[in-house]
Amino acid sequence: MSKLIAFAAIQGGYKVVSQAEGELDKMLKSYDASTKVEFPNTGYFLPVIYSLTGMKVETLEDMKAPLEFARKLLPPHVKGKHHLPFLGPLLDAGMAAILAYELKEGMRLVKEPDFYYPEEDPDIENGKIWLGPADDIVLRKRGVEFVDGSAPGFAAIVGAAPSPEIAKQIVEDYQRRNLYIFCAAQHRGTSVIDQLLEAGVQIGWNTRIVPFGPDISSAVFALGFANRAAMAFGGLQPGDYKRILKYNKDRIFAFVNALGDIGTEWGVAAAGCVNWGFPTLADTDIPEILPTGICTYEHVVANVPHDEIVQRSVEVRGLKVTVSDIDIPCAFGPAYEGERVRGKDLYGQMGGGKTQCTELVKMADMKEIEDGKVEVVGSDVGDMKEGDTLPLGIYVQIAGREFQPDFEPILERQIHHLINYIQGVMHIGQRDISWIRVSKAAVEKGFTLKDIGVVLHAKMHQDFGKVLDKVQVTLYTGKKDVDKLTERARDEYKQRDERVENMRDEDVDTYYSCTLCQSFAPNHVCSVSPERTGLCGAYNWMDCKASFEINPTGPNQPIKKGETIDPRLGQWKGVNEFVKQASRGAVDSYNFYSIVHDPMTTCGCCECIAAVLPTCNGVMTVGREYTGDTPCGMKFTTLAGVMGGGAKSPGFVGHSKFNVTQRKFIRGDGPPDMETGGILRLVWMPKGLKEELKERIDARGEELGYPNLYEMIADETVGTSEEEIMDYLKEKGHPALDMESIVG
Amino acid sequence: MAEEKDKSAKAPKVADPVNATTDMATREMIIRSQKMGIETIFDRAETMKPCNIGLQGTCCKNCAMGPCRLPLPKGGIEGEDTRKGLCGATANTIAARNFLRMIAAGAAAHSDHGRTVAEVFLAAARKETEDYKIKDTVKLLNVAEAMGVATKVEVDGETKDRDLDEVALELAELALGEWGKMEGTLINLKRAPQPLYERWEKLGVLPRNIDREIVDIMHRTHMGVDQDYKNLMLQGTRAALADGWGGSMIATDLQDILFGSPSPLQSEANLGIMKEDHVNIIVHGHEPVLSEMIVAASQSKEMLDYAKEKGAKGIQLGGICCTANEILQRHGIPPAGTFLQQELAIITGACEAMVVDVQCVFQNLANVAKCFHTKLITTHPMAKMEQDNVLHIQFDEHYAMEDAKRIVKMAIDNFSNRGADVMIPRQKATQIAGFGVESIQYHLGGTFRGDYYTLNDNIINGRIRGIAGVVGCNNARTRHNEGHIEIVKELIKNDVIVLTTGCNGIACAMEGLLTPEAAGVYCGPGLAEVCETVGIPPVLHLGSCVDNSRILLAATEVVKAGGLGSDLKDLPAAGSAPEWMSEKAISIGQYFVASGVYTVFGATFPTTGAPVFEKHLFEDMAKMYGGRWDYEPDPILHARKMIAHIDAKRKELGIDKARERVLMDMTDRQKLDAV
Repeated sequence: MSKLIAFAAIQGGYKVVSQAEGELDKMLKSYDASTKVEFPNTGYFLPVIYSLTGMKVETLEDMKAPLEFARKLLPPHVKGKHHLPFLGPLLDAGMAAILAYELKEGMRLVKEPDFYYPEEDPDIENGKIWLGPADDIVLRKRGVEFVDGSAPGFAAIVGAAPSPEIAKQIVEDYQRRNLYIFCAAQHRGTSVIDQLLEAGVQIGWNTRIVPFGPDISSAVFALGFANRAAMAFGGLQPGDYKRILKYNKDRIFAFVNALGDIGTEWGVAAAGCVNWGFPTLADTDIPEILPTGICTYEHVVANVPHDEIVQRSVEVRGLKVTVSDIDIPCAFGPAYEGERVRGKDLYGQMGGGKTQCTELVKMADMKEIEDGKVEVVGSDVGDMKEGDTLPLGIYVQIAGREFQPDFEPILERQIHHLINYIQGVMHIGQRDISWIRVSKAAVEKGFTLKDIGVVLHAKMHQDFGKVLDKVQVTLYTGKKDVDKLTERARDEYKQRDERVENMRDEDVDTYYSCTLCQSFAPNHVCSVSPERTGLCGAYNWMDCKASFEINPTGPNQPIKKGETIDPRLGQWKGVNEFVKQASRGAVDSYNFYSIVHDPMTTCGCCECIAAVLPTCNGVMTVGREYTGDTPCGMKFTTLAGVMGGGAKSPGFVGHSKFNVTQRKFIRGDGPPDMETGGILRLVWMPKGLKEELKERIDARGEELGYPNLYEMIADETVGTSEEEIMDYLKEKGHPALDMESIVG
Repeated sequence: MAEEKDKSAKAPKVADPVNATTDMATREMIIRSQKMGIETIFDRAETMKPCNIGLQGTCCKNCAMGPCRLPLPKGGIEGEDTRKGLCGATANTIAARNFLRMIAAGAAAHSDHGRTVAEVFLAAARKETEDYKIKDTVKLLNVAEAMGVATKVEVDGETKDRDLDEVALELAELALGEWGKMEGTLINLKRAPQPLYERWEKLGVLPRNIDREIVDIMHRTHMGVDQDYKNLMLQGTRAALADGWGGSMIATDLQDILFGSPSPLQSEANLGIMKEDHVNIIVHGHEPVLSEMIVAASQSKEMLDYAKEKGAKGIQLGGICCTANEILQRHGIPPAGTFLQQELAIITGACEAMVVDVQCVFQNLANVAKCFHTKLITTHPMAKMEQDNVLHIQFDEHYAMEDAKRIVKMAIDNFSNRGADVMIPRQKATQIAGFGVESIQYHLGGTFRGDYYTLNDNIINGRIRGIAGVVGCNNARTRHNEGHIEIVKELIKNDVIVLTTGCNGIACAMEGLLTPEAAGVYCGPGLAEVCETVGIPPVLHLGSCVDNSRILLAATEVVKAGGLGSDLKDLPAAGSAPEWMSEKAISIGQYFVASGVYTVFGATFPTTGAPVFEKHLFEDMAKMYGGRWDYEPDPILHARKMIAHIDAKRKELGIDKARERVLMDMTDRQKLDAV
């Protein structure tokens, strides 16, 4: 009986749009029409409105046009008998309400600028539960997880479960499936978020449980997030609503769970979501819409029991998720990666300056080790009292016919997130500066150090089974053993670093592609060489090589460099051919080492974006954490908007942080001497990024004969315009000023 | 009147109302006509039997040495077929020539309709008329783009929207050129799916211009010209394509631009729409150029006031045949009946005026009108009647409103002349009509997601088994509406969604099949569920017979939306004309066949006397065009043949088995094509 839904939802549409109109009228009486309206730190204005209509809402006055647009979308009411077709009108009414909801949220931020707490985690002590719209930093950081599949989609939950226990059970079930859980609205005065807090569940972006807001209008933030992903990663243009919504249907695996009685306002919101291809599953007895088409499968499914809603939801959305079943007493999965173990929850810890904590992965002979053997040498958690510390050495031995020493650091890097995946256990750092914090909750459930070994054995087999046959884990907790391991490990680290550091692009005849993010940015293809790591910062050449060997048909494919077309700019025939084919013809060539001439494309998830500063005859670069203005006149988020989606834009290039200090960094735009680095063009970067890279900048400067290079690079404390930093560069005698003109 | 009743009692042979029609209102009116001694087509169908040789398509009267009659013996012919006309023409040649002349007449009728519209459109574009203006500018731009008229201009290096009047004028001239251009082929053919166009090109059947293909037929079928049925049919195809993708398509497109593209609306159907206390005006025929003006005039305050002044409560307008469909689709004016009910509308005694233009108008209307106060008004210069009670008011598009008001006023003035014996049947059914290529797309997902893919998806998942176009006339040789209704019901029962036009649309409306509620009553569970979701009837009314071009374009949209092959012939779809009678139906059938559609005719088939030629139509054409003709008078078998074809196509597409739910993981997503 879709008619009942259509009838109710269209009524809801009128109600929601009228409310927004009334509210705006009222506001225009007490506020100036030019009053600024914005969601914090985004380059996408009110993102749903901007993405679908191209209208930029920057002031209260600007709200009139989209509101009028929403009003025009409202269809006639559905008649009881001999009605006219209503599916199209229903979806239009839904869209009208979504637009009105976004405007309402915009107005709320004008009236109550502090209503939301725009951080990754809420401030529960001070009652700041609701986080509001995610800013672009969160979008890009979390967006990468959607891109690489570590988060397969999101569940938008509105309302409240019948009890906190049920809320917890549903949400944790989603967490186990690695989904994000976006929460909004209340039912009978309570919300899922209230219930989760009551049940002691940690909420926030870090545990993938996002408290958007207390009203149904706050659910629009989930759609704003999805549409920004389409623009940022899919390269779609604002106003291109057809493709943006299709992108969502095909690539953003999201759906709605409506917990509680569905009134007209929820109903119209659900109808709105169908425009995105996001179906609604409800725990109440509402009319169902089962035929497919706008959504991939069913549109509205009702009366779903709470213990089935998670499984049903992913099925209805057509999503395949795997739950890693690992035999430890705690829950396990990426959703717990960002979970914190705070002071009051802490039971005991290893490392973090209190004791030594070291990790080492080493290749072993097949005969030497026993697969699945996990040994704790020394005392375990059970021997600890609350507040105790222990030294810890995690020694992982791996054997396999296909295994190579080159894979050791790659597997070692897994330890960080794999331990973090354990609910109630937190891992910080790596190598010999690791730090593990174990919560009381984990200990109550029966967590022991042995579980770390169980996790590492199981997950390494799962993810790298192709190259390894045996994994043995030894956990040392005696100081002597740990110190011994640490000493050996440090020696290993040094050798590895030197090997990677000394590797040159010229030394290899094969680069690797990375099309991991093609699920989101279908025209983009990354090429990774030893001296140009992946621009997302996540993959270097070694990683790609290993990834290819582990999964020969996967996203990392070898690219034979072939004939060199331009050694200075970094262009090879083989690479061009590959890029043309892999980008489906969108890009036919690019240069590895240039920002000015045919630079490499970006999917939108690059760590940094460099831009040419013509007046300074140099370049600047900015990381996504920096939200301020930059000398090129654009903030990171604007730059990323221009660049994302696989577009080639001369004058701009995406790169990883690490790449800044790699020898080939924009070498083609540096001094003609091929060995001299392009880093000498670098005239500005945000202070935070500069500090993060200080050690490596110093080393690189030294190598190039500019030991004080670090000092010469301006940052926002010097200025955020070319004019402002020019004097500083002159004063410091920055080498870029004396080079040939960067624009040629 | 009393005298007439006596006469009817003595009438020798009259129709049995129950055998004549399935429709109650029609039965009531047949009984009434017989009581009043007024003869109708139903009675004449009893007294006059069709010529058996003509029926077989094997009577040749193309020269004065004939008519040569080549009937097929009852038991058929074993061995060599030695039948010949005086000149030696075989049964195949004769049947093919007759078939071609039917196509020529049909294509001429539709295309002349299109020409009239194009001329009015040109007058509107030139601003020579006050009464016609461009109503649908979105469609203007869409059609302009589809036909290659620039809609953007470059001004000082900047691309700007071109002036709409300029676009309209260029489009009007271009469209009119299609009838007589000297070079090239018809522009709209390119709107067909690419493989279909290429097939036409390969076969050499791309029509050159509309008029020429019709003239070509008249020449070719003259005594002693083309005497190869295969070669004849290539020309038949050219003329038919010039109708479907030419004259008819231009008619539909330009009518939408001038009068607005249809969007779903509620109306009613059947004789019961006439109102005793209103001035009843029935418009009948085909072209909306006149009826649009009559609609406007009858809704004007001036005329409504005048009607009240004359003692009527208002003006009730109703339609018959495709004129009915045109004003139904755009204004919700209810059809008073199908082709076979035209006389009956007058027999109600409540029809003040019947205004007719071209095609499907019985000459007997004049005889019936004589028995009542009804004014029968012909309006088209090419369509007059010999009887002296018929008024001719020639309609001139330059004075359109003036003419229309004159006609409406005449009807109002006639109200007081109405006799006492009035009987309007109570039967009328509600209908939802007003579907078109654009409005279907909208309703399949709204402003933002409207897309034929929604339909395709439900065909792929099997909720909808396939698509049928069921169209065409009534034929007094078969029970009125029975074929229409039984076939459509059998189709929707088997989850086949039906697109309808012409008198089939009116018949379905009268039966209540054009309501969303019909889905729950008559449809299979899959189709019912889809109808319920979208809120549509299981039978979608697309308009008049020139609007069969909408079916071509809708099917093309289905192909474009993806998942169901790359050509019209790949679609799980079939066409049908259950009760056809007009030569236009043969032209329509041939352009559907040549466009790749399996097309079944009911009632009768005009080639049964020439089995070899018939085989060419029923079998060979499948290999040439992907579509073919078929004939099946039994409605249920007729529908099942269509369903069998749909099932075969489903199998070819690999969608004959239940679709599995595909759960996507990251690897699957990476394989997705770019948006």
